[in-house]
Amino acid sequence: MDLNLLWYLVPSVIMFCCGVYGFVTRKNMIAILVSLELILNSADLNFAIFNRFLFPGSMEGMVFTLFAIAIAAAETAVAIAIIINIYRAIGSTEVNETNSMKH
Amino acid sequence: MFGNILIWFVIIPVLMMAGLGLCRNSSMKAIRSIMVVGSTALLALAIWLCVDFLALRAGGNDAEMLYTGSWMWYAPLNIHLAVGVDGISVLMLMLSAIIVFAGTFASWKINPLPKNFFLWFALLSTGVFGFFISIDMFTMFMFYEVALIPMYLLIGVWGTGRKEYSAMKLTLMLMGGSAFLMLGLLGIYWHSAPAGGELTWNILEIARNNAVDPSWQGMLFVFTFVGFGVLGAMFPFHTWSPDGHACAPTAVSMLHAGVLMKLGGYGCFRIAIYLLPQAANELAWIFIILTGISVVYGAFSACVQTDLKYINAYSSVSHCGMVLFALLMLNQTAMTGAILQMLSHGLMTALFFALIGMIYGRTHTRDIRQMGGLMQIMPYLGVCYMIAGFASLGLPGLSGFVAEMTIFFGAWEDADFFHRAFVVAATCSIVITAVYILRVVGKLLLGPVHDDHHRQLTDATWFERLSTVTLIVCIAGIGCFPNWINETIQASFMPIVAAIQNAI
Amino acid sequence: MGITLPILILALPLFMFLLLGIGGVKMSRKVAGVLGILGMGTTMTLAYIVAFTYFFSGDAAFIVDGVRQQFQVFDVTWLAFTEKLVVNIGFLLDPISAMMLVVITTISFMVHLYSWGYMEHEGGFQRYYAFLSLFSFSMLGLVVATNIFQMYIFWELVGVSSFLLIGFFYRLPSAVAASKKAFIVTRFADLGFLLGILTLSYFTDTFNFVDMTSNPMQVLTQTGGATFLGASVLTWAMVLIFTGGMGKSAMLPLHIWLPDAMEGPTPVSALIHAATMVVAGVYLVARMFPVYCVVEASMTFITVVGAITAFYAAVVACTQVDIKRVLAFSTISQIAFMMVSLGVARDHMAGVHYSGLGYMAGMFHLFTHAMFKALLFLGAGALIHAVHSNDYTKMGGLRKYMPITHWTFLIGCLAIAGIPPFSGFFSKDEMLAAMFGNSWLWGAWMTMVAGLTAFYMFRLYYLIFWWEENPEYKHHRPHDAPWQMSLPLLILAAVSVVAGFIPFGTLVTWDGAPYHIHLETPVAVTSIIVAVAAIALATVMYRKKNPLPTKFKNAMPGLWQAAHRRFYWDEIYLFITRKIIFGIICTAIAWFDRHVIDATMDAFAKVTQKVSYSIRGLQSGNVQAYVLWYFFGAVALAAITWICLL
Repeated sequence: MDLNLLWYLVPSVIMFCCGVYGFVTRKNMIAILVSLELILNSADLNFAIFNRFLFPGSMEGMVFTLFAIAIAAAETAVAIAIIINIYRAIGSTEVNETNSMKH
Repeated sequence: MFGNILIWFVIIPVLMMAGLGLCRNSSMKAIRSIMVVGSTALLALAIWLCVDFLALRAGGNDAEMLYTGSWMWYAPLNIHLAVGVDGISVLMLMLSAIIVFAGTFASWKINPLPKNFFLWFALLSTGVFGFFISIDMFTMFMFYEVALIPMYLLIGVWGTGRKEYSAMKLTLMLMGGSAFLMLGLLGIYWHSAPAGGELTWNILEIARNNAVDPSWQGMLFVFTFVGFGVLGAMFPFHTWSPDGHACAPTAVSMLHAGVLMKLGGYGCFRIAIYLLPQAANELAWIFIILTGISVVYGAFSACVQTDLKYINAYSSVSHCGMVLFALLMLNQTAMTGAILQMLSHGLMTALFFALIGMIYGRTHTRDIRQMGGLMQIMPYLGVCYMIAGFASLGLPGLSGFVAEMTIFFGAWEDADFFHRAFVVAATCSIVITAVYILRVVGKLLLGPVHDDHHRQLTDATWFERLSTVTLIVCIAGIGCFPNWINETIQASFMPIVAAIQNAI
Repeated sequence: MGITLPILILALPLFMFLLLGIGGVKMSRKVAGVLGILGMGTTMTLAYIVAFTYFFSGDAAFIVDGVRQQFQVFDVTWLAFTEKLVVNIGFLLDPISAMMLVVITTISFMVHLYSWGYMEHEGGFQRYYAFLSLFSFSMLGLVVATNIFQMYIFWELVGVSSFLLIGFFYRLPSAVAASKKAFIVTRFADLGFLLGILTLSYFTDTFNFVDMTSNPMQVLTQTGGATFLGASVLTWAMVLIFTGGMGKSAMLPLHIWLPDAMEGPTPVSALIHAATMVVAGVYLVARMFPVYCVVEASMTFITVVGAITAFYAAVVACTQVDIKRVLAFSTISQIAFMMVSLGVARDHMAGVHYSGLGYMAGMFHLFTHAMFKALLFLGAGALIHAVHSNDYTKMGGLRKYMPITHWTFLIGCLAIAGIPPFSGFFSKDEMLAAMFGNSWLWGAWMTMVAGLTAFYMFRLYYLIFWWEENPEYKHHRPHDAPWQMSLPLLILAAVSVVAGFIPFGTLVTWDGAPYHIHLETPVAVTSIIVAVAAIALATVMYRKKNPLPTKFKNAMPGLWQAAHRRFYWDEIYLFITRKIIFGIICTAIAWFDRHVIDATMDAFAKVTQKVSYSIRGLQSGNVQAYVLWYFFGAVALAAITWICLL
């Protein structure tokens, strides 16, 4: 059994769908953030896979993956900071309750 | 560009706005002096234009439009700022200037935010004047919109009663009309030149090219006529008028009924009929039915209203219906009558609204059931109201009579049963008008004093007198010596009537 | 004749109107009164000069070979509808306009003078004189009109002056209602007039009277035999024009405004609603007479309307209590008399002796009636001034207290009853002769009306001056009016006595050629016998207080009540206007406007709003919902792309 592109892509798609599902259904912001990370990582995975299988001679996909991981780390840090602040302000991290800015 | 006298009709209001922008709301004196100087300058300019125009015509200059000028504005679409006037536009400019002048004095004590009020008022006049001097459809449409928008704020902020509702209704309905109008104008633009020629917005060129495909004319005629007809309070698109007028402040009602509604009639013949003559001949019957209904319907509705402004608004529906009705008769006499009716209705309704504003300012009610015997308390205003009423019901010696008679005699020239039946129906409106005018006069001015608190009220102040006298002099002037106006208008209708005749 | 005098005749009253109307506030009552009287006096003098020049100067412009000519003193363009249809304002001198100049200015001057005494204690004295001047101006403009449209213009203006004067006591709701009614009813009639002018001028291409009347057959050919609903258009036009006259001259069924118009000051009733304005309809028919003559149907219409009205008004006059109303109905009846007289006249019946008599007699009666009816009204004014009531039950036995009023009133009554040698006899006799000449039916019918006239006038006379003295005179002794009021009474009484001897046939005829009047003995004798009998009956019934009138009343209560209520015309009109026009039509239209048209417009707004509300949930701000929609959208797009690629 040969490990072709599909074997790598299927887990990536599953991971993406789990991420979307979690993002849409979860009410806790931390959980949403985790789901977001799942989506992001599935995309990163795709970059790496396509680079490896379709353009084995070049490295752009790998570089882009590393770049995205770095950005995601920074973004997570900002998001966590916001969530902590919201928690301090209203004592909750539920998305439904963070609508006080809207009105 | 600044050498053209017509441009100054737009520049002066813009300068007024600039001046008002520098004032504070509290410095009433400065605001008033800017308005008085500005509106007097406009009036003087209009009179001068009128005299000069007549002199040029007498001197044998029989070009269709005088004082023409054209400056490129947006080359890719061939939009110009093109100006020019014929006799009708000159009279319309004159009417607007008179009403702006009278309106300034009628809103002498406007409160709150006088500066902002007059700022919007001046913008409104810019639009009105700009509309009448334009001969480029696009700039004409632009000025038309400029005149409409301030109405929303003027009614919404300075109005009375259900002002937000009314302002919204008025603006939305008129904007709906504009949407039709824009479609119509674009359609005319795309057909404005014979195959291969350069497309143009210029009315004179379009008329000369006469290139609008007859198969398109019908649709475009309906679009433009309905578009302008909404502003002319054509049945069944008139309902903005009663609510809008009832809630508008005095000067705005004056300007709106006095001038803005005339934009509708003016556009109807200048664009819809003049540029689409074939369709005008074919489809006039539809609108004759609608406007014929307007005339009688408005008059009957006015008979049972109790709010002074509603009565007047419905009476405007009737009288403005008469304007469009006469235009659709498509002959020179009736169309001349239509313009006379525009002038007459403009002056007379402005006078009415001014007086209603003055009475309301004193009694704080417009309900005729709560007033009575005002003639004893404020004889000056009472007499003016009666004069306005007599003008409205068509008393000889006042402008309404001249206009209505010209319309009837012109309309009678179309000898088929359909036209005659509608003319007879329209003539009935003069009796109904007498009924509702005398009903108001009887309840409001005559008879015993209804409310004893009203006995302490005062008669008109000097600025109110100035405002009303200006209008009355003009009404009586047209009524007593109508022929020079009549001739000026008739001469201006020559090309339009010729276009209609050629299209049959 | 130069144009200065004619212009002044019109300009002076107009100037007085403007002067007194605008400057009156600053004037004292005396100044305003004197100015008004002087102005009218001057106008009267000028009018006399013009009329006498026209009748007696023998100038070739006015009379050629004994035939009086129509002469346009001036005729300037006022408004040009089309190239051909031009409205002029001008001054036409011909027998009837010259006669009317005399009538109007004389009565107007008398009324001006009389009012000085009568209105002494009323407010708005200056305004009153201003309105009188406006009326005089409009009425003079009406009679000298060179064209039918000028006549229409001034027709409307007299209408409005009448409105203003009827409503002079504008604090009284009844006066306001009466003025409104007068204006609207006549306005309605004027609608017919206008439509008539429209139709006529469409064919003739001119408004000018001289052009139309000098060649009436041409008018007929111009219409080219067009018909509408079975009648020729010319008939329609002439009948519609006559409708205007029916309104102003208070013919059935448009008469209802005139009795109510008595709410105005009494001198005004004398001037406008007895002598001048109400005969405008007669004048109109006389003016268009040759054209009417070519349309037989319209002449018959005029005759029938006149005959019915004359009888109706005479019957109603027998039952009224208010003395001014009696006089008002008498006016209606007398004007109808003139109408019938014109209606039976013809211009072209060659060899028929009576053909033009009706016209001449009608004009003659217009003249004499103006004098004696103004006299009667002014006399009534003096009575009202003395007893402060319009009601004859408050009077009775006044002959001892008010001798001048009594004698002048008696002269007026004798004149209207047609007793020789008073003026009414001559004019009425000629009218009756003309009617008998046309058909014995009209003659007999109108003789009966003449008898009724004599009866109700003497009923009125006896009830006021004889009957039984009102006991209140002991507390408040009535007395004759001051000289300003008595002088016009005496002058008018003198005129009423002698006016019958004016050789009218040589002055006013339809074609300008003199007409030989000779007394028709049988007609005259019959009418005298009828009048004397009627007076005798009135004497028996009303000279002294007796139960006879009550017995008569009780003998036919239904008829009496119906006549007293004027045969319910007012109720019918009220029903139509209040219940049907206001109650049903106007209310329905106003409802329709608010609840259908406006509601439709509002419905557009409401539907837009509803739709907006229903889709606004999509824009919730909830990121998770956005993602879900985004996800489905992406899937859908992918699916579409995939399907398309396949």
